[in-house]
Amino acid sequence: MPQEQEQKKVQRKGGGSDETDADAGQVQSSSKAAELKEEMDDILDEIDSVLEENAEEFVKSYVQKGGE
Amino acid sequence: MAIPKVFGTETEYGIAAVGAPDFNPVLSSSLLISTYAGSLRRIRWDYEQESPLRDARGFEPVPAREGTDEDLGLANVILPNGARYYVDHAHPEYSTPECIAPRQLVVHDKAGERILERSLNEVARSMPSAPQLSIYKNNSDGKGNSYGTHENYLVDRATPFGDIVRDLTPFFVSRIVYTGAGKVGAEAPWDDRGRSLYQLTQRADFFETEVGLETTLKRPIINTRDEPHADPERYRRLHVIVGDANLCEVSTFLKIGTTAIVLKMIEDRFLPDLSIVNPVQALHEISRDLTCTHEIALADGRRVNPVQLQWEYLEHARKYVEREDDTPENREVLERWEMVLGALETDPSSLHRQLDWVAKHRLLHAYRDRDGLEWNDSKLRAIDLQYHDVRRDRGLYYRLEAAGKVERLTTDEEVDAAVMEPPLDTRAYFRGRCISKYPDSIAAASWDSLIVDTGADALQRIPMREPLRGTKAHVDALLASSDDAASLVSKLQD
Repeated sequence: MPQEQEQKKVQRKGGGSDETDADAGQVQSSSKAAELKEEMDDILDEIDSVLEENAEEFVKSYVQKGGE
Repeated sequence: MAIPKVFGTETEYGIAAVGAPDFNPVLSSSLLISTYAGSLRRIRWDYEQESPLRDARGFEPVPAREGTDEDLGLANVILPNGARYYVDHAHPEYSTPECIAPRQLVVHDKAGERILERSLNEVARSMPSAPQLSIYKNNSDGKGNSYGTHENYLVDRATPFGDIVRDLTPFFVSRIVYTGAGKVGAEAPWDDRGRSLYQLTQRADFFETEVGLETTLKRPIINTRDEPHADPERYRRLHVIVGDANLCEVSTFLKIGTTAIVLKMIEDRFLPDLSIVNPVQALHEISRDLTCTHEIALADGRRVNPVQLQWEYLEHARKYVEREDDTPENREVLERWEMVLGALETDPSSLHRQLDWVAKHRLLHAYRDRDGLEWNDSKLRAIDLQYHDVRRDRGLYYRLEAAGKVERLTTDEEVDAAVMEPPLDTRAYFRGRCISKYPDSIAAASWDSLIVDTGADALQRIPMREPLRGTKAHVDALLASSDDAASLVSKLQD
């Protein structure tokens, strides 16, 4: 897969630090997390219903060439 | 004195065919557009560039036509709302008509989404056995390919370009805290974290230089394309390529509204030097910090985070608007700008109703928690993509909107009207109304011309070099009294 092959170069100097983690800024207390979960449940079910069949395969085949 | 800001967006949409990955995106884009446009596709795009300094205000004979892309049969149409809808390389692209207020631009940007959605429906209805197409308003395929969402602003030709570069670059680098559309993954070659990362912008990874003419490789933060589509002695069209495609209306509103005020301040030399030492690196770093607290070095020796830098622009903008440009539209921009910066400072995740990168991150975060997924799970990539689907029954942004979970600045009625109606207060009004009223007599059109076939031997070009002429106030009586295009042209020639 092209995605994996691209990820090889050295880390940018001075660039990535710990705060670049995808979870940064989203630390939730457990009660807040529970509240969030409840509120999101409907939407999450909806996500399941609208994702293309074989969503993972579909996203892998999503390639856009040319533009601008 | 700064000139009025006329602006518009151009969006290249991603295109895919479900179950047919080897479909032809160029022909499919053309099919979408020509099916939507119907008989309007006969009107061609006028590629003739402004004739040089002989600014004829009257009429010019139209020279014989040279071959263009259009001769390959790819759709390229002008719509009754004054917009352009065409194939750009392998994407359908929608350029809004010229607008003068940020909220108006949001309405017309949304009308573009509706036009793409209607096009999909039209094709599905007329060709039921063809593969089902889908359209995404985003800027990356997650595999290192990016396509643009460009903004255009009318700028005074007298403003030195160096001033624009100096004062706009720090603004563009830091505004991504509210304009970013969010992305799962890293696509910059130096970042080896693959998909195990979420960042603020779709586009930051693709920017490598500070200033330049390129748009498809070595992309610059400030693009130098100089094609004013207006009187070149008076105007520049600043072509901005560093932005993301937004679905959240507040993001689009702020992106356009704040940039327009900053440009006016630049024209009036109102800003201090806020230069960043290494803007390209700062853009990449800020995009990777979801807390919006990453400090960057300024040329004056200070270290500030992007929100602090935005506060500085906002403070100057407040003074500027109060002294020079106190309009209700500007006051609304300042209020929303302040609200968003305040929330970014205390808790960025609280902006899930206003900003795309926050809304999408919240979905991904909740989904990941529920199913115990790792960040590099391809299901999360699929959710990222699905957020941008323009179909209101399938796109996740639109599912949030239907559930009342994002803030609207427009109504469905306004957006539906903008699918057909041009803005009233720019030359788009004249263009759009002529397309509606005299469709069989308009041979071609462009941003700054209409070419009319009056039945006479030569076609007649009507130049439209002033973006603020041709408004409803200017031309409504003229149009109302002209039953056909020949009558319109003869009145204009008087």
